[in-house]
Amino acid sequence: MKKTEPNIVFSRPITLREAENHYCAGCGHGIVHRLVCETVDEFNIREKVIAVAPVGCAVLAYDYWDFDVAEAAHGRTPAVATGIKRVRPGNIVFTYQGDGDLAAIGTAEIIHAANRGENITVIFVNNGVYGMTGGQMAPTTLAGQKTSTTQYGRSLRREGYPIKILEMLAVLPGTRYLERTSVHSAHEVLRTKRAIKKAFQMQIEGKGFSMVEVLSMCPTYWGMSPIQAADRIKNEVSTFYPIGVIKSC
Amino acid sequence: MCGNEACGEGAMIAGCAFYAGYPITPQNELTAYMAKRMHETGGVFIQAESELAAINMVFGAACAGVRAMTSSSSPGISLKQEGISYLAGCELPCVIVNMQRGGPGLGNIAPSQGDYFQAVKGGGHGDYRTLVLAPASAQEFLEYTILAFDLADKYRNPAMILGDGLLGQMMEPIQMPAVRDQKQVTEKPWALTGCKGREPNVIRSLILAEGGLEEHNKKLQEKFKLITQAEVRYETVHTKDSSVILVAYGSVARIAKSAMEMARAKGIKTGLIRPITLWPFPEKVIGGACEITKKFLVVEMSAGQMVEDVRLAVNGRAQVEFYGRMGGGIPTEYEILQQIEALAAK
Amino acid sequence: MAKIKIDKDRCKGCYLCVVNCPNALIKVSKDLNVRGVKAAYFSGSVKCTGCAMCAVICPDCGITVFK
Repeated sequence: MKKTEPNIVFSRPITLREAENHYCAGCGHGIVHRLVCETVDEFNIREKVIAVAPVGCAVLAYDYWDFDVAEAAHGRTPAVATGIKRVRPGNIVFTYQGDGDLAAIGTAEIIHAANRGENITVIFVNNGVYGMTGGQMAPTTLAGQKTSTTQYGRSLRREGYPIKILEMLAVLPGTRYLERTSVHSAHEVLRTKRAIKKAFQMQIEGKGFSMVEVLSMCPTYWGMSPIQAADRIKNEVSTFYPIGVIKSC
Repeated sequence: MCGNEACGEGAMIAGCAFYAGYPITPQNELTAYMAKRMHETGGVFIQAESELAAINMVFGAACAGVRAMTSSSSPGISLKQEGISYLAGCELPCVIVNMQRGGPGLGNIAPSQGDYFQAVKGGGHGDYRTLVLAPASAQEFLEYTILAFDLADKYRNPAMILGDGLLGQMMEPIQMPAVRDQKQVTEKPWALTGCKGREPNVIRSLILAEGGLEEHNKKLQEKFKLITQAEVRYETVHTKDSSVILVAYGSVARIAKSAMEMARAKGIKTGLIRPITLWPFPEKVIGGACEITKKFLVVEMSAGQMVEDVRLAVNGRAQVEFYGRMGGGIPTEYEILQQIEALAAK
Repeated sequence: MAKIKIDKDRCKGCYLCVVNCPNALIKVSKDLNVRGVKAAYFSGSVKCTGCAMCAVICPDCGITVFK
């Protein structure tokens, strides 16, 4: 947290632009954007960072981040990051992806980038729903959850099971650091910050593929207030997607 | 060298520092060649998990400012079209090699020219064009691959080398050009390198502000207009005195040239126009030839794709006939000669 | 003495700060801000420790903390 005056103990990170974000009230993206910027500030790597933004609600991330950003085609985010990092290994390259981008259309790209052990960092925001397109079912949507394409709740028989990406990636020797966190409370936000810093640290040290999955609120398409949405993560979502370090080596 | 390898060596001479590809016949020699040469020169070679990943890795490398290339054959190019549209929308330079094979669908691995439409008309979604060069020999594969990199950088646009299985596999002697001074390579202040000493760069094709995307499209169209004015390339043979003019590109142009010689030996004044750039298309030279000849014969290894552009160029001023073979069939010089004789007699 | 400053017009009314303040020092305004939202506001209490939990949870980076 940058101290611009001696008595300020918390203010906007330098690399997070002043622009007001377009996210709905209580959406976790705004928090995760800020945590990424705090990390970039604290490592003093603004001039080395190259981000790859996804397709989804976070598609406009480049409007908020004050460093170099490429916008990838839907799901191809890790492939674009691979191309950038391989030709510029001295830069710090991270992707920022949602659950549609990473866990549905981009499944092949994330698995193979992880399996190659690409020295990149992946920030995966899991809110269990497609926000940008109007609240459809995501691969991570919980059983029974109502979305615009599962109007009577996700049926495991019809739609299959919610997908645990980190646990899948953990079996790949190419992955070095995988942690799941949440932003449903200030305490959990601080844990998320530590995880994101650790993931960037792994890349800076050249250790290989690191990824943080952040459980995040989508009050709008969960059909509840932001406070209810935060409670839902605590009481329901995090019981299916356990919070903690999945792999560190 | 075979055409595939000549293409690869052309890329190396042009300073290509990144290659990503996915196996598909009949272009595997090119991928293998790039794997070897990138290893020798310290460049990056990645065998991607799919054509989609390969073209998007090229997107990333192009964002980062290096000369980047991918290659494939027809079904793989269909998959790459998503990425090509993004590259064109983001104005990123790269080279895509397409050694065409028979289609539609999985088709076969025999030579074909069935991808003319998806090469020259844009191919993916949205209003864009890809520079398309059609070599007809191993030597030209080498030279036009170098040219493709230069044009791609000059116009910040993807460029495609459109070959076919025949040209890709055929062994021919090569004359190596002088080694280039890599410092000539274009400066790329727009590239993503980390924002040291400058404002951050953003590479994107999403433009939501009202009227913004139309402005962006107008800018792209201006660029395409400039390319159409400055970069048309073609070869003409005997076009000044002919009663029949053949129009063919790539490997078929070589067969057509033999048929032209046979027809001339029989007293039928026959000429040839060989488009080297398929986009921009040499419409003016074809239109101009209508002053001399009233009979055109377009020969392709397709059901008739380039013939549509020839008809547009001729614009009703002459008769345009078509002869094509599909699905791996290669027109022989005798077949073409028969067509010339029939057209001349009409 | 610690205090916080909430950017009233940036507030979207999620009230995550309200529930995350350990001393319940953030209240909901009766008036609407420029967005038409009843913004969160700091009660001004001397009990504020400057723990910054409110700022940490704010999705809109609308809270500055002084100590």
